[in-house]
Amino acid sequence: MLTKRIIPCLDVKDGRVVKGVKFQGLRDAGDPVERAAEYERQGADELVILDVSATPEGRANAVETVAAVRSVLSIPLTVGGGVRKFEDAERLLAAGADKVGINTAAVDRPELLTELSERVGRQCVVLSLDAARHKGRDGWGIVTKSGTERKHMEAPDWAAEAERRGAGEILLTSWDRDGTREGYDTELIAAVSAQCGIPIIASGGGNGAHHMTEAFAAGADAVLAASIFHDGDTTVGVIKAKLAAEGVEVRT
Amino acid sequence: MTTTAIIATGVANTASVAAALRRVGLDPRVTADPSQVESADLAVLPGVGSFGVGMAMLSQTRNDRVVVERINAGRPLLAVCLGMQLFGTCSDESPGVAGLSVVPNPVTAFPEGVRTPQFGWNRVVRVDDARFTEGYAYFANSFRFTKAPEGWEVAAADHGGKFIAAMQRGHTLACQFHPELSGAWGLGLLRNWVERCGVKTKETAPC
Repeated sequence: MLTKRIIPCLDVKDGRVVKGVKFQGLRDAGDPVERAAEYERQGADELVILDVSATPEGRANAVETVAAVRSVLSIPLTVGGGVRKFEDAERLLAAGADKVGINTAAVDRPELLTELSERVGRQCVVLSLDAARHKGRDGWGIVTKSGTERKHMEAPDWAAEAERRGAGEILLTSWDRDGTREGYDTELIAAVSAQCGIPIIASGGGNGAHHMTEAFAAGADAVLAASIFHDGDTTVGVIKAKLAAEGVEVRT
Repeated sequence: MTTTAIIATGVANTASVAAALRRVGLDPRVTADPSQVESADLAVLPGVGSFGVGMAMLSQTRNDRVVVERINAGRPLLAVCLGMQLFGTCSDESPGVAGLSVVPNPVTAFPEGVRTPQFGWNRVVRVDDARFTEGYAYFANSFRFTKAPEGWEVAAADHGGKFIAAMQRGHTLACQFHPELSGAWGLGLLRNWVERCGVKTKETAPC
């Protein structure tokens, strides 16, 4: 049986790990290579790097960061942020990413998912889906361009379409919960899970083992967390021990 | 100096497997040249896009014959993920395409209702008295062997039923999982294979 995965996320800007709520008020949170090695030691099952650089220079740094992290990392590495076309994905894979996360570009041009999966395999293609609750009615829409644009699409429908088009996994972020530490949006996870056969990584709002147990129960296969690990509040090992005690199967 | 050839597949991501081999002290080169693949002390057949693309690539570069010869001669070969599936007769992934047929078994899809692709860490257990260290391995696959070939030592895992996680014979090691992405356990497995092939690894070589 597959174990449930714990995935620390590094937001990287200009070669440094940064943190902030909804990309506002970014603060330095260390060296990505040191962080990556430390999380693998703690028992992380995978690592995600999100490049939040806003400039071409920053993007070039991200490729170097991926190569440097790969040289020390023996667990899977997903890299997202700014992947617009096949060549962007290819560059990251060549530098040592195992999967690439695609968000805005896939919404703008869903064929990109198919092109990628046909050329590098579905297992390398992660749809990064940022969902936000509709105002005044049920359901979730999609936000793109780091939250600056909202699309008239239902998040579960988009997830199902992305699966058909070639995505191998969905990184599902609740824009309402991100950075709040109020827990994952379990209704969102259940709604997407009901329409998708591919694995779901839940993201946004996790603040401890109890939140993760809720996300797994709702249908998540993995959980992403950033600030709880960066701040040193807890470690992956401590979280996994608590999950195991709650009856969740984890890799130890 | 030990030579290690990673067989170029055009589309496969070889950075992770190269990085892991470097960590155990090897100096791998990515090549599609069959004479280099043939002469290398150690050869690696990585995962590629699909069964059909993988077989087409191997036959175009004339590496299909080289790989089969290495396996039959018991010369060092590591096959990863789709690389292992190519050992079979055929695959549900690419109907009508013949595999290397080193083992007489087909590669089939996971049953309906099981999360596919299988993404994540699964427990690998030895079958009978096979020499495998048990542990958690990282998988990323939609197809697999379900039947153990005769004459091979086998390890298994469970995802909607038992399937073949790894098999070894002579100096051939084939893994359905990714040892290069399976943490310290995966590196240990790679190190054991390299040493069984008579090559000293970084940890054991004198500094």
